[in-house]
Amino acid sequence: MKILVAVKRVVDHTVRIRVRPDGSGVDTDNAKFSINPFCKHAVEAAVQLAEHGHADEVVAVTIGPAKANDVLLVALAMGADRGIHLVTEERTEPLAVAKLLKAVVEEEKPDLVLLGKQAVDDDANQTGQMLAGLLDWPQATFASAIEVNGDGLKVTREVDYGRATYALKTPAIVTADLRLNEPRNTALPQVMKAKKKPVDTRTAAELGIDIAPRLMVEKVAPPPDRAGGQAVGSVSELVDIIAEVAAGGERA
Amino acid sequence: MAVALLAEHDLSQLSETTARAVAALGAVGLPVDILVIGANVGVAGGQAAAIEGVRKVRVLDDVALEARGAEALAEILLSLKDEYSHFAAIAGAIGKDVLPRFAAKLDVSPVTDVIAVHGPNRFDRPIYAGNAIETVTCNETKIVLTIRPSAFSPARSDGSAPIEPLATPAASIADAAEFLVAHRTSSDTPDLSTARIVVAGGIALGSVHHFEMIENLASVLGAAVGATRAAVDASYAPNDWQIGQTGKAIAPDLYIAIGISGALQHLAGIQGARKIVAINTDPDAPLMQIADYRLVGDLFEVVPQLTAELEKRLNR
Repeated sequence: MKILVAVKRVVDHTVRIRVRPDGSGVDTDNAKFSINPFCKHAVEAAVQLAEHGHADEVVAVTIGPAKANDVLLVALAMGADRGIHLVTEERTEPLAVAKLLKAVVEEEKPDLVLLGKQAVDDDANQTGQMLAGLLDWPQATFASAIEVNGDGLKVTREVDYGRATYALKTPAIVTADLRLNEPRNTALPQVMKAKKKPVDTRTAAELGIDIAPRLMVEKVAPPPDRAGGQAVGSVSELVDIIAEVAAGGERA
Repeated sequence: MAVALLAEHDLSQLSETTARAVAALGAVGLPVDILVIGANVGVAGGQAAAIEGVRKVRVLDDVALEARGAEALAEILLSLKDEYSHFAAIAGAIGKDVLPRFAAKLDVSPVTDVIAVHGPNRFDRPIYAGNAIETVTCNETKIVLTIRPSAFSPARSDGSAPIEPLATPAASIADAAEFLVAHRTSSDTPDLSTARIVVAGGIALGSVHHFEMIENLASVLGAAVGATRAAVDASYAPNDWQIGQTGKAIAPDLYIAIGISGALQHLAGIQGARKIVAINTDPDAPLMQIADYRLVGDLFEVVPQLTAELEKRLNR
């Protein structure tokens, strides 16, 4: 089996971002960037499938600015065999990313495409599903377990009522949720080795696909402030406060 | 033109999130039809017809649709593309799974997790775990949305819209993921995303056994139970109890957070809470800073006492 795994460079999930005062967007100028956490789970899943003899090649792909080669390096250090970097400095919506990934899929012909279920910057949760739609492939989103099952896959998904298990024929799309695995940390030797792995860097424009954004972002605003409240001195005071709401009459 | 809203239900009962989405879509200014799709969904269809402001309910009842896979639902929506200008679903596991797939097939960019509707093509949605809200204009040929139900109050349920059957489209469905088995969390607590009171616990509970303190308090209050990602990762609580950026968003009248420090990703899911009570040993925890009522104390002492006193008070 050949696996393609998509990774995205995002503002690190621990950074508390700031909205620009003029409402034009989020100030990311000095922010720390990292590989999107969900993508890291997707890479880990791909590498584990290879380590268990289910995949003979893991190709990592990223779409983004020139600087995004750093997240490709993370994927390679974790164990991906080679990388593809489609360079664009433009804002790409999930639809555009899905179209570019479709072009990569047509070139690479993987049996499985793994992606993170969402990116922690735009929180869109769309790309994997859109790629599956464009390719007309089966999809299993929000995966918390992946098993190889004959010539297909058995995937457990996190759903609103708990979990559910599905059988998928390959080729297929799977998007990773947080409990899929524990992504490995990489040390300097792996990073040094990763730097020697082949990366095919091209401009996204070369693929001749229209990736112009379809949505116009009119403004970006901070969420309404939550002022802090009052300290409660004792449990019985808290009982009064909670009982009033629980009794159903007064709203808190 | 009109809006088609994919109803959320568990096959037997319509979820209240559907009425919330109907209320949200009122601001689009077009008639709203509800699509109830699944197996044996007659009751859910009837409940959908009672939501005020609905033009009609279209029920597709087919045993083959019990699992409601994304592949099949996307094809059904596609078969209706000429009848509607807007397609919407609730931003739950099904809506999130289906709508982007459907949008890609229409070659349109969807707007997911909408928290405010400003007309037919202007919407607000949270980004960066809710630390920023973007207002977007969508001039696509079809508008495809998922609605975050906790951001809206439900529409009233004194309507009586006509119900009509919807046929399974003839188009063949692509290779679809085949549903094998459900692992359902057994719980008789209210639905987290629409509950009036939510009690949640974090990693500080220390064990699945201690997490029962949270469940006991919730039970006394008739509240839903929630958990942080760390508590779910540690298997103190099932995954469908997770609140936050990647779990469920809640909007209760009262949110009681116990032993939860308040990571950014958790705070993302509780912005809709009207009042927050936080119980924590650390007065400087981020959640204590934004709570309406904060009690500094050891949860292992506070929670049993609180539960016992509330039980007495509420006679439950």
